[in-house]
Amino acid sequence: MPRPTHQRLPWAQLLRRGAERRPPGPPRFADVARETLEDTRSRRLRAEAGARLRARRARGRAEEPAWEAMRAEAGEARERALADLEHHLLSFEKAAETRGTRVHWARDPAEVRGIVTDLVVGTGARDAVLTSSATLRETGVARALAGAGVRPHESALADLIAALADDPPTAESRASGRHDRARARETLLRHLPGAPSDLPDDPVVLVEAARDHLRDRLLETAVAITGANFLVAETGSVVLMETEGNARMAATSADTLIVVAGIDKIVASRSDLGVLLRTWSRSATGDPLVPVVTEWGGPDRDGDGPRDVHVVLVDAGRSRALAAPAGRDALRCVHCTACLDVCPVFERVGARPYGSVRPGPIGAALTPLLEGTATARTASLPFASTLCGACADVCPVGVDVPEVLLELRARVVDERRANPVPTPESVAMRSAEWVLGDERRYAAAQATAIRWARLLARAGRIRRLPGLLGRWTEARDLPAPPTEPFRAWWRRRRAADGR
Amino acid sequence: MRIGLFVACVTDSLFPATARATLHLLERLGHQVLFPQGQTCCGQVHHTSGYRREAMTLAARFADVFSGCDLVVTPSASCAAMVRRAYPRFATRDPAVARAPRVLELTEFLVDVADTVDVGAYFPYRVTYQPTCQAPRSPRGDERPLRLLRAVRGLELVELPRAGECCGFGGAFAWKNADTSVAIVADRLRDIGQSGAEVVCASDDACLTQISGALSRLRGAVRALHIAEVLAATEAGPAPAGGR
Ligand code: SF4
Repeated sequence: MPRPTHQRLPWAQLLRRGAERRPPGPPRFADVARETLEDTRSRRLRAEAGARLRARRARGRAEEPAWEAMRAEAGEARERALADLEHHLLSFEKAAETRGTRVHWARDPAEVRGIVTDLVVGTGARDAVLTSSATLRETGVARALAGAGVRPHESALADLIAALADDPPTAESRASGRHDRARARETLLRHLPGAPSDLPDDPVVLVEAARDHLRDRLLETAVAITGANFLVAETGSVVLMETEGNARMAATSADTLIVVAGIDKIVASRSDLGVLLRTWSRSATGDPLVPVVTEWGGPDRDGDGPRDVHVVLVDAGRSRALAAPAGRDALRCVHCTACLDVCPVFERVGARPYGSVRPGPIGAALTPLLEGTATARTASLPFASTLCGACADVCPVGVDVPEVLLELRARVVDERRANPVPTPESVAMRSAEWVLGDERRYAAAQATAIRWARLLARAGRIRRLPGLLGRWTEARDLPAPPTEPFRAWWRRRRAADGR
Repeated sequence: MRIGLFVACVTDSLFPATARATLHLLERLGHQVLFPQGQTCCGQVHHTSGYRREAMTLAARFADVFSGCDLVVTPSASCAAMVRRAYPRFATRDPAVARAPRVLELTEFLVDVADTVDVGAYFPYRVTYQPTCQAPRSPRGDERPLRLLRAVRGLELVELPRAGECCGFGGAFAWKNADTSVAIVADRLRDIGQSGAEVVCASDDACLTQISGALSRLRGAVRALHIAEVLAATEAGPAPAGGR
């Protein structure tokens, strides 16, 4: 076997100063995380909210005597849906159209924007209510509507606040509890017509003020655009789960309902839906069932609900994700957000470093699956995890997030192998493999490394490592390695024993 | 039964005292232990960094080196997890990997195989335990290390707040996301401080590199030790030399 150039010390590449090259494009996870870690107030709020939610969910799971069995069943339900997705989608289309719902197919966000804008403009409406939905944010429907002269109104409290504050869609608008109260109050005061100026930052009062504002909009608007939690293939119906009930109110009072849903939202049957509703609720809020569950079977002929119902089925990377290794496992996700609140990384850095509408551990897995790993940002996401597995422990549908991340890490590295100039890391890893392929080479490299490390040490501690390794010693020491590694001690003992 | 000892690279180079303590403890309990000298690495670092091809080569080598053993014991919980979780997947592509014998983490071996909870140790300190996330079993709810520690004479076991939480090491994560990694361990040190422990122990030197590294930089008043060193200590003699 040919000897690589850095045979003496496989880590030599990592010791090179300036070895790190910053690739162009959107920032990597670590770059944004460095900024968000500075926001100590948000960190504290996230930690507190996380602890509260963890406790609630733990209580919820404890109340469910057969939680593990339920979880397995829910996982199987998701597996059934995804294993035969095309078939179920076609069944959904057929059943939905039979009941008068119009089904549209969109390959990418641009097609979603086109379809939705055409539908809304076609009704002649100048306003539309949008409910909180990652798919809506992901596809940029609100902005497209605004561009077409339709005013989009956000219906969920957190989204409203985010919209008023003109936050980008990546802002942490997942739950009002995660928002900084004082900031939310300022935003409301600035933007809500008629909000009292002595509005306290008490969340209950804030919610009321915002809700008053919302209700008027919801009841006035002729077009409602929502996401969906589940699409039932068997019945062609759309299921929406909420804690506030705004989407139901908006959709009920609208003439036209447009549902924008990823193709992964399919469930095969109503019995599969049943177990998913229960596990989802326990995982999302800890309750046996979330307060508002709405199932839309199709247009309402008695005039109680929307007269026109459209469902836009969105691919936007989902079939690509499904075809990738571990992609199907990740797409099981039912977006309950339980994994976010147990994640030590998310708790510290928040949503922004994930750079997409899907934060947290599952976001780190789904975003590269949906968008590919070609950019610095998406390629950094699979590495944004300690692989501690807390996410997999709580997931109600058995997504093994660390396994998916490992699969994606291998993909990122394999893609880099094709580059003509290897990265310093890859040279180091490949030389390390060569060194570790033989115990004599290993022992020799170890002896060299120990000598060098001991030269760097003062009073038994290494306070500064060179090059890329120096990231460790920015805030941590490394003990000076003892002169004699275990294997050398073992050999000496054996020789002394004459064994 | 031929019991092989596997010593991970971090332990071998940085914390050889852990490996000596493990050997000492197992021999004291009457087990004969071999140290196959061909051993180098289980491939965990490559695997978790995305270098799967290299990890598989090292896995095949590991399987070959230990193929003469009926059972392998290691004081590294994450390496045991690597062999138990990733190797079966590797084996579907490279049958050579399938030859690897069963690998148990030290506390699993003691409690499950040796059926020993009281190892005859004496360690008169207040101790807390940090579970290793990447252990072969979920660390949240693994009672083995705690049972072993409770049986140690003189030892006062104190609870670690938010016991199941990660220390923030995560292998390559500690470098690639150094800031976040440090933010996590900073909170962990606060938990350890709150526990009132004089010694924090764990079943993996990787976690301990992180915790002791931060403690050392801050000149913390808590010592980090591998659980093997705690269990190896007796009235007759302290653990083989070397704290951290
Ligand atoms: S991956 Fe996370 S968000 Fe998705 S279902 Fe599992 S716990 Fe919920």
